[in-house]
Amino acid sequence: MADSGETGGPVKKDGIQQAKTEGKELTKEEKQRLRKEKKQQKKSKEKKDEKASQESEKEKKPVSSASPASQPPTQPITPKAPSAVPTLVPVPASETPAPADKPAKSKAEMKAERRARQEAERASKQGKKGEVGQQAAPGKPKAPPSELQPVVKRLPEHVQVDNPEVLKKLAKKLERQQIPLRSDYGYKVSLFSHLHQYSRKAPLTQQLSIPSTVIHPAIVRLGLQYSQGIVAGSNARSVALLHAFKQVIRDYTTPPNEELSRDLVNKLKPYISFLNQCRPLSASMGNAIKYIKKEISNIPSQCKEEEAKSKLLNCIDRYIDEKINLAAKAIAKSSIEKISDGDVILVYGCSSLVNHILCEAFEKNRKFRVIVVDSRPRLEGREALRRLVQRGISCTYVLISAVSYILPEVSKVFLGAHALLANGYVMSRVGTSQIALVAKAFNVPVLVCCETYKFCERVQTDSFVSNELDDPDDLIVTRKGKTQLEHWQEVPSLGLLNLVYDVTPPDFVDLVITDLGMIPCTSVPVVLRVKNVDQ
Amino acid sequence: MPGPDKETDLTERIEAFLSDLKRGGSGTGPLRGSAETARETTALLRRITAQARWSSAGDLMEIIRKEGRRMTAAQPSETTVGNMIRRVLKIIREEYARSRGSSEETDQQESLHKLLTSGGLSEENFRQHFAALKANVIEAINELLTELEGTTDNIAMQALEHIHSNEVIMTIGRSRTVESFLKDAARKRKFHVIVAECAPFCQGHKMATSLSEAGIETTVIADAAIFAVMSRVNKVIIGTQTVLANGGLRAVNGTHTLALAAKHHSTPLIVCAPMFKLSPQFPNEEDTFHKFVSPHEVLPFTEGEILSKVNVHCPVFDYVPPELITLFISNIGGHAPSYIYRLMSELYHPEDHEL
Repeated sequence: MADSGETGGPVKKDGIQQAKTEGKELTKEEKQRLRKEKKQQKKSKEKKDEKASQESEKEKKPVSSASPASQPPTQPITPKAPSAVPTLVPVPASETPAPADKPAKSKAEMKAERRARQEAERASKQGKKGEVGQQAAPGKPKAPPSELQPVVKRLPEHVQVDNPEVLKKLAKKLERQQIPLRSDYGYKVSLFSHLHQYSRKAPLTQQLSIPSTVIHPAIVRLGLQYSQGIVAGSNARSVALLHAFKQVIRDYTTPPNEELSRDLVNKLKPYISFLNQCRPLSASMGNAIKYIKKEISNIPSQCKEEEAKSKLLNCIDRYIDEKINLAAKAIAKSSIEKISDGDVILVYGCSSLVNHILCEAFEKNRKFRVIVVDSRPRLEGREALRRLVQRGISCTYVLISAVSYILPEVSKVFLGAHALLANGYVMSRVGTSQIALVAKAFNVPVLVCCETYKFCERVQTDSFVSNELDDPDDLIVTRKGKTQLEHWQEVPSLGLLNLVYDVTPPDFVDLVITDLGMIPCTSVPVVLRVKNVDQ
Repeated sequence: MPGPDKETDLTERIEAFLSDLKRGGSGTGPLRGSAETARETTALLRRITAQARWSSAGDLMEIIRKEGRRMTAAQPSETTVGNMIRRVLKIIREEYARSRGSSEETDQQESLHKLLTSGGLSEENFRQHFAALKANVIEAINELLTELEGTTDNIAMQALEHIHSNEVIMTIGRSRTVESFLKDAARKRKFHVIVAECAPFCQGHKMATSLSEAGIETTVIADAAIFAVMSRVNKVIIGTQTVLANGGLRAVNGTHTLALAAKHHSTPLIVCAPMFKLSPQFPNEEDTFHKFVSPHEVLPFTEGEILSKVNVHCPVFDYVPPELITLFISNIGGHAPSYIYRLMSELYHPEDHEL
């Protein structure tokens, strides 16, 4: 037993060293898992102590019988960490001859066990990946249909602003990642106290300087462009994000003793937190990030760095091409069938996809005219108006309050979407649901154009629980030299609300045009399921 | 000589009033509330009755009709002017009938029986001269003026019957009637108000500042967020420019969207409108219904290049059909939209519908 104790010693030290090197990279989840395992092991250790004290004489037999038993399960695992595993069983047995050293040894032993178990799990995961080439995440639809999907994912932080614990955790995480925390601004309407409200005049980088070792300068630039509204619109934001990530990948070098697949993913995490602080991520950005992370973790470990990087860059280019550019072409092709000569088409705000469709239709010599509806305070419709007028399309321009005046002239309504939710609701710029409502009242067909990469597994029924609050000062306007709301902060009972998104119920929408075809709003979960199976 | 001086004085006042009306409507002059316009019109009509030369009721009615046509032509969208004129004409008819001795009620009802028995058109030509008619008419117009002065307070007094505590009330733009209605309720109850700003004039901002200074929790939202926020609203209370003969509204633009959103969420829509806003017009006259102002409110001249290639519309009013309205609150109480036609027959005489 003493021998096994000694052999256990150097192995334990190795385990602890490994633990130290890996300790920095343990994520919150792993730490929580470790804590749980600690508790479980404490309980099981107490039980084992009782048993072991009773069977102190039969130690050698259970050891010898246990060790071959422990080996067969470890054999199919690739020889990543065989040295740590066989010491699992002899180690607890060595507890009893040295009861005085119990607390010190047991902690170290448990740590070593945990490391070993983690290594084993990771190895098994990688092994499976190497064989099948698919992510071995639990709860995938490969499970038999009678098994339900795992329940609710964790709520994102940006809809829990009213929970002080969540805010504390976020502050700690950002401190660790060395990203400044952005503070809320102004009086928040009570219905929305669970959301952030930032001011555009206080960008994230004003107070602190962010060293480039922490966050890549391309990402800092991107974050500022988001927070100031220079890059807006879900397609534009996703494409800008992907280009910034390409730059990051080009400048990345794997540190020694690290794997590109794991280290790069960990490098991206503070970037994503930073971008989230600048402006909450959109659904399309979320899907793009998931794709990138998956691609990175799928890089085999023996791949050389240059090869891996060029592979990743190609993946990103292909994603942009397929999901955004080609999808736009496919959607334009199907939508042109829906546009006939003499049509009067109403569009709202500035959707890059809808503008593309209208320009394509105009190229194909369809005769139609466009009514652009705009709304304060963003006034994005003016941008759409400029683009359409440049092409030579005849346009009319009104504000959203005049939509019931202009709607009797309209034959079709084309709307863009920010995301399509799994219960068929369309999440889009605020005001879209209003236009769909009035169009329904006048019996005008409403067509929503959306690429499939914007489909999202979330469900939502109203525009309150998950939304974005923009700078409230945008609502202030000066007319005839008088600014009514100039001192709104000083008046205690006055609040300004500047919503960014709203959800349109599926009964207002007649058709959704996607790159997979023309589907009704209620078929969105079917498409999501098909996509998940493919991936 | 007092006569011609009075007359020139009168014509001067009428001209001043007309030019005020013309300027006020274009949005450049000082914006007046409808109550003010109604009061000024009635005061002017009283002056005409007092100072103009007439011998019989028919003459007076002719004079008033002529001036009335000029006034409505100066600003067709300002319907309170026409309404007050019709009220005064009705007053004159009533006073004449009373002086003649016949009871009021039989004159008002044009029943089928009356048509058959009277044998042809009624020969009311209002030619008889009554000495006391002038005084009676002026007294009646004074009563009308007192009624006008009390309308806002009468409506505000009913506020507590309709607003309970912890409500969320939505309104659009700026209406002095709704403002006093809400302020009156706020003295006793606590509730929350959401104001839609109503672009491009953004009158909602002034409403919000005024309400919040009275201590009411107010939130200003953009017009685009009306439907998004509607699911949390308990009541929608709005003012209007005109109440039409079928019970519909001619209200500030954006009200139709608000009404549709309220209908979708089954939220009651309450219209606070004093009786002088009730007009015998119907919404069918497309060319006279809408009023447009300069498109530079919507697309300013700074946009330059695209301005010449684009059509820009800036309508001021919206039509709201009566099916979307739940209740009218006026100075004489609450009514359903289907009752409006009856009120009309009490206020105006059918022959005065066309001035």
